[in-house]
Amino acid sequence: MPSVPTVASGRETTLRAVEKLREVFGDSVKEQTSFRDEETLHVDPARLLEICRFLKTEGAFAFDYLVDITAIHWLDKEYEYEVAYLVCSLKNNALLRLKVRAGGSTGIDSVPSLTGVWATADWQEREEWDKVGVVFSGHPNLKRILMPEDWEGHPLRKDYPVEGIGA
Amino acid sequence: MPFKTETIEPGTELLTVNMGPSHPSTHGVLRLILTLDGERVVKAEPVMGYLHRGMEKISENKTYTQFIPYTDRLDYLAPLSNNVAFALAVEKLVGVTVPPRCQFIRVLVCEMSRISAHLLWLGTHAVDLGAITVFMYTFREREVLYDFFEALTGTRLTTSYTRIGGLTRDLPAGFLDGVGKWLDRFSGELDEYEKLLTKNKIWVERTQGVGVLKAADAIDLGVSGPNLRASGNEWDLRKTRPYSGYEQFEFDIPIGTTGDVYDRYLVRIEEMRQSVKILKQVVKGMPGGPINVDDPKLVLPPKEQVLKKMEQLIHQFIIVTEGFDAPKGEVYHAIEAPKGELGFYIVSDGGPSPHRMKIRSPSFVNLQALPGICVGALISDVVAIIASLDPVMGEVDR
Repeated sequence: MPSVPTVASGRETTLRAVEKLREVFGDSVKEQTSFRDEETLHVDPARLLEICRFLKTEGAFAFDYLVDITAIHWLDKEYEYEVAYLVCSLKNNALLRLKVRAGGSTGIDSVPSLTGVWATADWQEREEWDKVGVVFSGHPNLKRILMPEDWEGHPLRKDYPVEGIGA
Repeated sequence: MPFKTETIEPGTELLTVNMGPSHPSTHGVLRLILTLDGERVVKAEPVMGYLHRGMEKISENKTYTQFIPYTDRLDYLAPLSNNVAFALAVEKLVGVTVPPRCQFIRVLVCEMSRISAHLLWLGTHAVDLGAITVFMYTFREREVLYDFFEALTGTRLTTSYTRIGGLTRDLPAGFLDGVGKWLDRFSGELDEYEKLLTKNKIWVERTQGVGVLKAADAIDLGVSGPNLRASGNEWDLRKTRPYSGYEQFEFDIPIGTTGDVYDRYLVRIEEMRQSVKILKQVVKGMPGGPINVDDPKLVLPPKEQVLKKMEQLIHQFIIVTEGFDAPKGEVYHAIEAPKGELGFYIVSDGGPSPHRMKIRSPSFVNLQALPGICVGALISDVVAIIASLDPVMGEVDR
């Protein structure tokens, strides 16, 4: 497959995309961390939808593939949870992780749903709602997916005991 | 959704049928709520979770090494492949690279698992469409593979073969010769399967033009693996983001054109041929040397040393009881598992177990394509479509 760029050139595309995001979205793009050659970019949840649309449709980047959505619950931070979105550009072989923080003292109680940008977000957001209790506003069908419908609580929260509640 | 929806004449009486969770053609405990207009599917709604064991929650309370046996039970048709995927993710977090021999053995077991998983898919897919002979042939070869796995790991299914920074044990004597001989024979077996199916009129009529998943829809839905490639997308992590030394091997990526059930069949058959090609290179080029990284804080010392030397005893004791201290940070590492992109996203807050670990399972994401491509199909096509997407519920429900 000569058509797919190398991992190194994909990483350059990612860094260029981050620069471009800073240029277009200004303060809504916050700190950036880099660990083991993976880029994580924190963004403002209010503009997440626009940022994702931009990443997907901007021809030079074309982040057309949403790999994964993961919500992470924290007990001892000013925010309650983080949601990490891993987006991939098949054309450029680039990966970028976007992260939003919400809940707790941030005053933000929901994260916009990305179902309108990538169809795959549907089940992945349902799963994260089921497990961590993140409300994805604008999701067309936000109901449990792995746990039974009448289940109480969200098992992957850190205050949820391993043995289950009442066990 | 980017799919057509059936138009229903006013006055049509719709019938709701439950398919599964215990239905032979749903390959496990998948349940579909089908809304039917006669024999045509108007709506299909998958219901999952019957095999949910809370693996991600469990991982937060186990050391990294303790979690390895749980990975066997993800895609239980390719446990070795899951073992490798998990080990690679944790190794990326810790920042170690395993020696070349270990990499080669990992490629060996991954490709053998791929063939084993694809053989099960082929056999059951054919049974679902009424061709029982193929099942007998493929299960005979699977049995040979299981004998190899048993010789290598001690068990057929719950292999737990990898360790963080290496493997549990080296190849047994004569293993590579045995694999080499089997590979020579297996290419001929593949021709036999193809003789039974590829130009079989019934097979072609049941699969061609059924369950079409378009290239752009596949990407939008996050579909990966053979299903993505059958729709015409050239994307294979072994080529695009090589891991475990895959860049050293020569092989091709088969892609389909229309993305129907038949294309998914052709792509997987060709993938098995390519796996044979890789395996032959592995058998030929297997390097010598150690199988574990030289890091006493990570890898268990040899047993005979533990019994004689104080320091080794301490290392063994600490690794087993406390685990190793992983750095703070987050990594995502994915491999091209038989079903598609199997990724582990580990958020570490330091310490011996992850703060949060997400298992990005290919079957879960691939299954999301099912409702769309079932609409408008006949109920008997649904059986073909499920089999062609090849979900395995251990991985969907986790």
